[in-house]
Amino acid sequence: MERAGKKRNTALVVVLLLCVALLAIAPLFLRKGAEFGGSDDAGSVMVEEVTGEAYTPWFTPVLESLLGGEIPGEVESLIFCLQTGIGVGIIAFFMGRLVERKKQEEKRNDHH
Amino acid sequence: MSKKQKKIVAVCATLALSFGIMPAVSAMHIMEGYLPVGFCVAWGVLCIPFLAAGLFSIRNKLSENRRSLTILAMSGAFIFVISSLKIPSVTGSCSHMTGTGLGAILFSPAAVSVLGVIVLLFQAILLAHGGLTTLGANTFSMAIAGPFLSFAVYKICMKLKVNRKVSVFLAAMLGDVFTYCVTSFQLAMAYPSESGGMAASAVKFLGVFAPTQLPLAVIEGILTVIIVIGLETYAMPELKSIGFIKEKEVY
Repeated sequence: MERAGKKRNTALVVVLLLCVALLAIAPLFLRKGAEFGGSDDAGSVMVEEVTGEAYTPWFTPVLESLLGGEIPGEVESLIFCLQTGIGVGIIAFFMGRLVERKKQEEKRNDHH
Repeated sequence: MSKKQKKIVAVCATLALSFGIMPAVSAMHIMEGYLPVGFCVAWGVLCIPFLAAGLFSIRNKLSENRRSLTILAMSGAFIFVISSLKIPSVTGSCSHMTGTGLGAILFSPAAVSVLGVIVLLFQAILLAHGGLTTLGANTFSMAIAGPFLSFAVYKICMKLKVNRKVSVFLAAMLGDVFTYCVTSFQLAMAYPSESGGMAASAVKFLGVFAPTQLPLAVIEGILTVIIVIGLETYAMPELKSIGFIKEKEVY
């Protein structure tokens, strides 16, 4: 019974992951040639449209003023990766422990 | 239907209606220096009680049971991962998700406020994404409004005996969407349009962000369900210890 439930879950997870991949990748094919910029920029354009004049932010990001310009694109992606890495690392670490714990428990139960 | 159920339906209907009025949703965080000083301070102050409540909530849960630390760490890490992934959307621009729904339903929405601030600080300082001056406003939308809505949606779904996975999906998705609704309103309050006032301006901002964010909200919902399935399979004792799954419940 439990084993059957597990199989069903595995199938469900696979299907769900496929959906995610599809949702994330489809736009690239649906909108060929689109820029895929951040919606941040779209936001600032909209501020200008609503107020009717170019808006000058009254504060620039600390790091940008230290660097005297924008963070280089490659470095920015590095930091984004760092953020992803930290998160994935923590999840993988705990998930690994939990999976192993369950295995041990099952082994112990089999012996009894 | 019992009286209680009727009430719940009424609440759902009101929620749905309010969603209908605001056509849809979303943006990324509000950019550094893009909110007038008064708004920055006001949003910041508004966040303080939630953050305090969050710290207490985390401390209480941890002192009740050290085991919950695992789940807390994973919820925080989930926000880290999810909010770092910029995903292309059908509108031809990219946005990212919030990831706050998971912690909100597993722990408490207030606890997520604390986790969310950490992520926002990281992005504001290192990535010039969001900003220190707009931290208050961004915290309110991403780490307070979104999670609280997720929590409410989840509770309502559970009361109505909706399937757990479906409830998790709805909670995470609507929380994501709501985050960006709030962002649009924050921008609209700061930049009311001359002809139509705040409402017209809110619709405009929503118009930019909503179509981009909706597919991403669906992705966030799905990913949250996957994590919950994983936890249900391997971390049952922890889920029981934080009260996410009742002791007697057979799964």
